[in-house]
This record gives sequence, structure tokens and C-alpha cells, in this order.
Amino acid sequence: MHIFANPARFLSIARPATPWLFWTGLVVLLAGCACGLFLTPADYLQGDSVRILYVHVPAAWLGMGGWSGIAIAAIMQMVWRHPLAAIAGRAIAVPGALFTAICLASGSIWGRPTWGTWWEWDGRMTSMLVLLFLYIGYIALARASAASGQSGGVSRVTAIFALVGAVNLPIINRSVVWWNSLHQGPSITMRGSTIDMAILWPLGLTLLGFTFWFAAIVLMRMRAILAETKVEARMQRMARDAAVGERVPA
Amino acid sequence: MAMKSKHQRLILVLIALVALIGAGLLAASALKDEAAYFYTPYDAKTKGVDPGKAIRLGGMVVKGSLKRAADGVTIHFQVSDGKASVPATFTGIAPDLFREGSGVVAEGSFDKGGTFVATNLLAKHDERYMPRELDGMSYNETTHQIEGQVK
Repeated sequence: MHIFANPARFLSIARPATPWLFWTGLVVLLAGCACGLFLTPADYLQGDSVRILYVHVPAAWLGMGGWSGIAIAAIMQMVWRHPLAAIAGRAIAVPGALFTAICLASGSIWGRPTWGTWWEWDGRMTSMLVLLFLYIGYIALARASAASGQSGGVSRVTAIFALVGAVNLPIINRSVVWWNSLHQGPSITMRGSTIDMAILWPLGLTLLGFTFWFAAIVLMRMRAILAETKVEARMQRMARDAAVGERVPA
Repeated sequence: MAMKSKHQRLILVLIALVALIGAGLLAASALKDEAAYFYTPYDAKTKGVDPGKAIRLGGMVVKGSLKRAADGVTIHFQVSDGKASVPATFTGIAPDLFREGSGVVAEGSFDKGGTFVATNLLAKHDERYMPRELDGMSYNETTHQIEGQVK
């Protein structure tokens, strides 16, 4: 990873990778959604509402995957002082929060026709809502520490917050196993899938597509934050030069 | 011998992570019963839920137990978790997925006779998803009715 310690080298890879990930992701995810809407059969119990699966599951995966990324970035920031780690953490936070919100909203819309309720305080739903609040807290902390001028990124408190928040990830994952919950148990496990292949296959496409898209958005945001810090550094230098110029008598 | 500060930080972070995860798991396991979303019939029987206390009861609707009363809106059914079974009653509109052999979470309380009087019903489905053809069912596109029986 230390190859990327030099932002210029990171940019030389990130710049061409961004449009590639963006457009491939968009095509794959739209294809997956179209297949899920028109080609797959309805579920024996739920009927057509099962199709929300193709958005709900990738959103949940990216919401949780996003926080895993933030936690890894926090470790790299604290242990190796990697210059891009803080920037990566900040870049992941907003799309991660967005996908967590999409997961909660799509789950709520799905819950009404199947379970008969928009919202219940069961283990899975509550722990996922906590993840959304963690994201909002992280975004606020990161913005505050970036505003106070801490190395173009996030303070150590923010990184520690990211690690503490990661405890929620196994809780979300296990919530339907540990506790009686309204949400059903895991469908896809190490032993295989209880989703029939006829319904399952477009999920692979939307998972891949949304993940590529997420990566493209993260790269874009990292480049934007890098450009911002560069502008800031240049402005500071110009201000310093101007101040020096005034003091020197002509 | 001085340890490299990088290694020191790595060890510190690892210790912190282990402590955090340990604390999280301990808290979660302590919550085990408190955070349960519903009582199963076996829980309700062994723990002795007082009549009138508002709880949720979850389990399977026993096949062949669903009966509709003469007023047309009251239903009687048995809720089972495989170990115990309790009678339940509900007046109102049940969700579409509420059916015999499927999961249910009922909100309400026990009456003095040990019957669970539900004020709200939620349908709980399991983790299986499959096309209707595989379950011996078919969907009539014109009448929008499911034909055939749940196995």
C-alpha cells in the first residue's frame, strides 16, 4: 500500500480507473435491475415484492462494507500514518451513509407488504439504524477536524470513533441469529443459498454493479479532497509570500 | 532495545480492537434475552408471562388450526415453536402473508385462560425464496390469485 503514499502516483491510477468503474458499474447494475424486474419469477410467498431484494441487499452490503473500509483506513492512519488513509475514510463516509439509508428505506418499503409494518424495533433494523447514526457522527467529526486544519483529513479521535463503531458490524450480521427477530435469518451462508437460483442470479449483477459504482464515487471524492488540500496549501503559501513582500522595504 | 514506534502503535491498536470487540460481544450476549423481539410459546410457558402484560408472541401458525369465527373478522389459531403451542385469537385484518404453516409475530397479551389475545399481527417469513412453480403453486395473471396450496 505504500506505493500509494505518494498522492501523485495514486492519482495516476485513480484518474483512469474512475470513469471505467463508473460506466461499467452503471451498465452492470442497470442490467441486473432490469433482469430482476422482468426476467426472474415472482416468489412463492411474497409475489413481486421480492424484487426489492436486488437493491436492498447491495445497499446493505455497501453500508456495512463502507464502515469496514472506514475502520481499515482508521487503522492505517493510526499505525502506519498513511497519508491517504484519512482522505479515504472521509471519502467513503458519505456514500456509505447514503447506501445505509437506501437499505433502511427499501427495507421499510419491503416490510409493509410482506410483514405488515413499516418499522419495528427488532435487532436487525435497530442495529442498522445505529450504523446510519454512526456514519452521521463520523461525517460531523471528520468535517470538524478537517476544518480545524488537521493534515487534510481526520483527527485521531475520529479514527478511534471509526474503530469503536466497527463493533456494530458483527452485531448487525449476527442480530438475526442471536435474537428472535422479525427479519428472517441469513439466506446466503457458507453452506449455500436458500434463495432459489432462478431468483438469485441477478443479485450477483446488482451487487457487482453497485460495488463498482461505490468505488468510482469514493475515488472521485478522494481526488476532490486531494485537490482541495492542494488549493488550500497554495493559498496559504501565497498569503505568506504576500505578507513577506509587504514587510520588505522597496 | 527500543521498539519501533510503528510496531508499538500496531500493538496498541490491536489490543484496543480486541478489548472493544470483547466488550461488544459481552454486551450483546448480556442483552441476549432482553433484546429478543418476541417470546416463543415455549418462552412464554416456561418464564410465566403474567396475564395482561403486553408482549409479542412469535412462532408458526399450526396447520389446520386456523378457524374463522361467525362474525367474519375474528380468527382463532395455534402458535407453535415446535416445543410448545398456545392458542391465540385476533380480530381485524391480518397481513397477506399470514397463513397456516407460516411464521407470525402477534402483539397483545394473554388472558386469564391462557389464550393470547392479539391486537396486531405481523407476518414473519423465513429465509427461503423460490418461484411458485417449485412450491406446487402457480400465479393466475388475469385474476391475480395464487393457485395451488402451500406445501
